[in-house]
Amino acid sequence: MREIVVIGGGASGLAVALETKKRGRDVLLIEREEDLGGILNQCIHNGFGLEVFEEEYTGPEYANKYIEEFLKLDIDYHLNTTVLKIEKTNNYFEITMSSKARGIEKIKAKAVVISTGSYERSRGSIIMPGERPYGVITAGSAQRYLNIDGYMVGKRVFILGSGDIGLIMARRMFLEGAKVLGVAEIMPYSNGLTRNIVQCLDDFDIPLYLSHTVTDVKSGESNRLESIVIQKVDENFNPIENTAKVFEVDTLLLSIGLIPDIALLDNLEVVVDSLTKSAKINQAYETSVRGLFICGNSLQVHDLVDNVTLESIRAGKCVSDYLEKKLEKNNESIDIIPGKNVGYVTPQVLDFSWSPKELIISFRGKKKMEKTKIKVFQNNELVFEKFKQFIVPAEMETIKLDYSKLNKFDELGISLEEL
Amino acid sequence: MGKKTFTCIVCPRGCRVTIDDNMNVTGNKCLRGEKYARTEMTNPTRILTTTVKTTFKNMPRVSVKTEEPIPKELIMQAMEEINKVTIKEQKKIGDIVIENILDTGINVILTKPLIRNEVKNEEVHLSN
Repeated sequence: MREIVVIGGGASGLAVALETKKRGRDVLLIEREEDLGGILNQCIHNGFGLEVFEEEYTGPEYANKYIEEFLKLDIDYHLNTTVLKIEKTNNYFEITMSSKARGIEKIKAKAVVISTGSYERSRGSIIMPGERPYGVITAGSAQRYLNIDGYMVGKRVFILGSGDIGLIMARRMFLEGAKVLGVAEIMPYSNGLTRNIVQCLDDFDIPLYLSHTVTDVKSGESNRLESIVIQKVDENFNPIENTAKVFEVDTLLLSIGLIPDIALLDNLEVVVDSLTKSAKINQAYETSVRGLFICGNSLQVHDLVDNVTLESIRAGKCVSDYLEKKLEKNNESIDIIPGKNVGYVTPQVLDFSWSPKELIISFRGKKKMEKTKIKVFQNNELVFEKFKQFIVPAEMETIKLDYSKLNKFDELGISLEEL
Repeated sequence: MGKKTFTCIVCPRGCRVTIDDNMNVTGNKCLRGEKYARTEMTNPTRILTTTVKTTFKNMPRVSVKTEEPIPKELIMQAMEEINKVTIKEQKKIGDIVIENILDTGINVILTKPLIRNEVKNEEVHLSN
């Protein structure tokens, strides 16, 4: 029997494994790829690590810092191994995993941490009219093909969605010799960091079409993408007539959002939050299933890997506490609810059986706001407030609360108010 | 000419910095922003990140970067230089791939260790 099994060896899983190992726990990490590091391995651009190291690294460099430490601490791991199923019996979890080298195996664990990251929304999750040719792929897949495997997915490229991956790929494809004809964003503002608009689009004169979306996809010979049509949209996102622009492209990259990957929770009775599309957690990163923890992008999609690391270190601390039996179940808990202008909040539950006194709440604003007060209420009473110059949906906000001040009965509400 | 405002790209924070005719910088939250604004006005530079071909089956491409920012107008030329290179032997992270690229005085270095599969960390690592 293992004390802790961590599923996923990216930024989140590495941090959890390191933190728990340093606290003297027995931990096994399972990674399905042939290398540790997760998505960082294909994010070859720079901009990682400013928060944690106060220095700027590329994705692989950032990953390597943790991989080196991981190997030095002699932590157990499996590579090329996919977890198929997690089941819970009374006192432990049973994990079924599969690998080419060893076939199907089962192991037992007292605690499980899900750090499986997120997956990309694909064409199927938005209503995109037109034909279904080759050449319409997600930006992250194109990034992997180019940066890891070393081949270009196309020569004339258009990008739908202005998330950071889309912007980064616009520059990347351009640098490798592709013609990048533009980026369309359905919202009136970009979803990516401003710095990426500047250094990925403006630097190379790649146009950004705000309030535009793809309204037709046409295939040419041998069913390869031949052209797309974009149109301006109104405030209800309906295409406006006579605004159509045609682009002859062989590739359409989709950068239309990430969704936490929680497929492994299917066999467990986990309560899911429709807002985060992941498990609901308490302040110890524990799901509604005792001993099952979740963090990183599989909990909530982060903008910066630094925040994934910091969150996962906190989660690792909590898992260690759990195994040291520092908590006693007492059923006292309250809900944490997103209020006015707040898109989602984690944790969703404050469980008073857990000890650390500090409560860290992450959330996202629903819209762009200026001169904003973050307010936390309990039973109509203001328990916390903080001024914030700008709130944008593209950036996750984090606040710290001292929860010894809170009562144990009334739900906690978080709202944003413009001054 | 007056003032010019733009977004600082030194880090993901993205400060709006303003620079006037006398090269006075405002709006920056750190010193790097001041330096960035001045460079952006006189000689804009960027760190270039890309990949290099290898002869390794398990890693056909390995990621690299310029150690320091290089002049913006040299970026496409630098890409051409980097794309001429094929690495044939194992290298450590930080090792130099191209020395003094385009006479900028700046090296192109590996951002990932390049290790052949056979000597890589074993697939299963269990200490006991």
